[in-house]
Amino acid sequence: MKDFWKRFRYNRGAVIGLVILTIVVATAIAAPFVFPQSPWKMVQRPFLPPFTQDGLMLGTDALGRNVLSGLVHGAYVSLLVGLVSTIVALAIGVPVGACAGYFAGRTDDALMRFTEFFQTIPSFALAIVLLAIFQPSLTFVIIAIAIVSWPPVARLVRGEVLSLRTREFVEAATLSGLGNTQIILRHILPNALPPIIVLASLMVAQAILLESSLSFLGLGDPNIMSWGYMIGSARTVIRTAWWLSFLPGMAILLTVLALNLIGEGLNDALNPRLTRKSE
Amino acid sequence: MIRFILGRLVKAVFILLAILVFNFLLIHAAPGDPAAVMAGEAGAADEKFLADLRTRFGLDQPLYVQLWIYLKGAVQLDLGFSFRQQMPVAELIGDRLPATLLLTGVAFVLSLVLGVIAGVAASARQGSWGDTIISTLALLFYATPLFWVALMAALVFSVWLGWLPGFGYSTIGAGYTGFAHALDVAKHLVLPATTLGLFFMAIYMRMTRASMLEVSRLDFVKTARAKGLKRSVIQRRHILRNALLPVITLAGLQAGQIFGGAILTETVFAWPGIGRLMFEAINQRDYNVILGVFYISAAMVLLFNLITDVVYVIIDPRIRLTG
Repeated sequence: MKDFWKRFRYNRGAVIGLVILTIVVATAIAAPFVFPQSPWKMVQRPFLPPFTQDGLMLGTDALGRNVLSGLVHGAYVSLLVGLVSTIVALAIGVPVGACAGYFAGRTDDALMRFTEFFQTIPSFALAIVLLAIFQPSLTFVIIAIAIVSWPPVARLVRGEVLSLRTREFVEAATLSGLGNTQIILRHILPNALPPIIVLASLMVAQAILLESSLSFLGLGDPNIMSWGYMIGSARTVIRTAWWLSFLPGMAILLTVLALNLIGEGLNDALNPRLTRKSE
Repeated sequence: MIRFILGRLVKAVFILLAILVFNFLLIHAAPGDPAAVMAGEAGAADEKFLADLRTRFGLDQPLYVQLWIYLKGAVQLDLGFSFRQQMPVAELIGDRLPATLLLTGVAFVLSLVLGVIAGVAASARQGSWGDTIISTLALLFYATPLFWVALMAALVFSVWLGWLPGFGYSTIGAGYTGFAHALDVAKHLVLPATTLGLFFMAIYMRMTRASMLEVSRLDFVKTARAKGLKRSVIQRRHILRNALLPVITLAGLQAGQIFGGAILTETVFAWPGIGRLMFEAINQRDYNVILGVFYISAAMVLLFNLITDVVYVIIDPRIRLTG
């Protein structure tokens, strides 16, 4: 653990990423305390530019809502969607990949065909279709993102399990009479954990981008203030009030950048041999 | 080669059929009457139209009969009717598809060429200032929401500086023909294609750089150096050719992403492609159009994957051609 931290710290980008993410997380947690009022509430006249009014540091949007409050509440939504959808995607991808890699043969063929199918179809279009047909609630946004982002997990886990299952410690476990489930859960998956953690950190970043794109198109939960929604609703007034689109975009950029940097740092710290990142 | 392509084609057809079944199930899983789903938002269609849909798709018959009718129609490129636009969906998509192919094609080539060049340049001098700048830029582009870059580019280069048009496919009412028209379209294409390409350029750059560095450590490169070959020759002929393979694999996998990105870019720049069509359909809850665009973009992605497979085979002579 000490070793891990040392290697992680050695990567300057990763440390910067960690600092940014800590700020975003703190902001998200503090949101309901700093701005107990709903971010949808009109507080002043519309289009108040930033730094012109005390108490409204970033001004107001086209409907007179507090921009800073929206940004802060948006941080919470972005992180929540990113985190939960990644967990759900892992819950689909890890078992699929583990079964494919462990049982090999026909099971592997069938599961990988299934995964390939989901990887081939355009994921963003699929997410749009899912959300357009079912009503977009926060839960469904999370499910839709998870559905389109699990295939890389399955492929990665399958590869790891394939290479681990022929190792001696697995043979030993088999000889000692352990069942398949026990072997996969206790002996194989813990060893496959490092690359899964790296991939998961990058998936949270991608999920945040995906969520913002969907809300931008108007497919987010209509009751929840998110960064993508803020940009989408400010799009029509970009000529007169460009900062309304600019600020939430910067928030997304910084958060996603931080997560990517952390992912890279984790990659260096957890498995020095794995230098290439794909998908 | 022909057998290889045929094998891939068969696979592609199976995937397309699976998507059609998936679409069909979605229509039936959606809350409410499937006929209303197909007609678009309730209230848009009159009772006669709904009744017409019910008989046409046999909605009173068992599910597998309905599936058969649906598949038979889709194979003949009958993707249903858009009640909102009063046009068959296939025709709507057909009108818009060329613009999307132009946009995605240019963005793809641009991102791949520039990404590979930047990746090679960065890897040639690992750790130098140039490498740091290129790598940092790639990191930034990779983290930027595409629709936001598009908006900001339109704001800066079109609204503020007035250098390039930030809206539409060509100047409305200008009546250009021939070369002047092509030039006009090209000007309109610059901002959408560049913003769509940036994200992917970042991916290809990072991949090329990592891959170049990995290959350059291999033994055969040492041999080439020992033979006294020129640095540039080794870079190009020995390293790049091998390092490109994973980049092309990745490019093939990213094809679907580019179509996804096109939905956002076309929305921001009012580019008259199928992405913009999908955005309009989302707002109008025009489900037939949404499902149609989904199906056609999947077909485009499969076609694209087929092309990258063939390119891969051409570049890498070690590959054996089995389906």
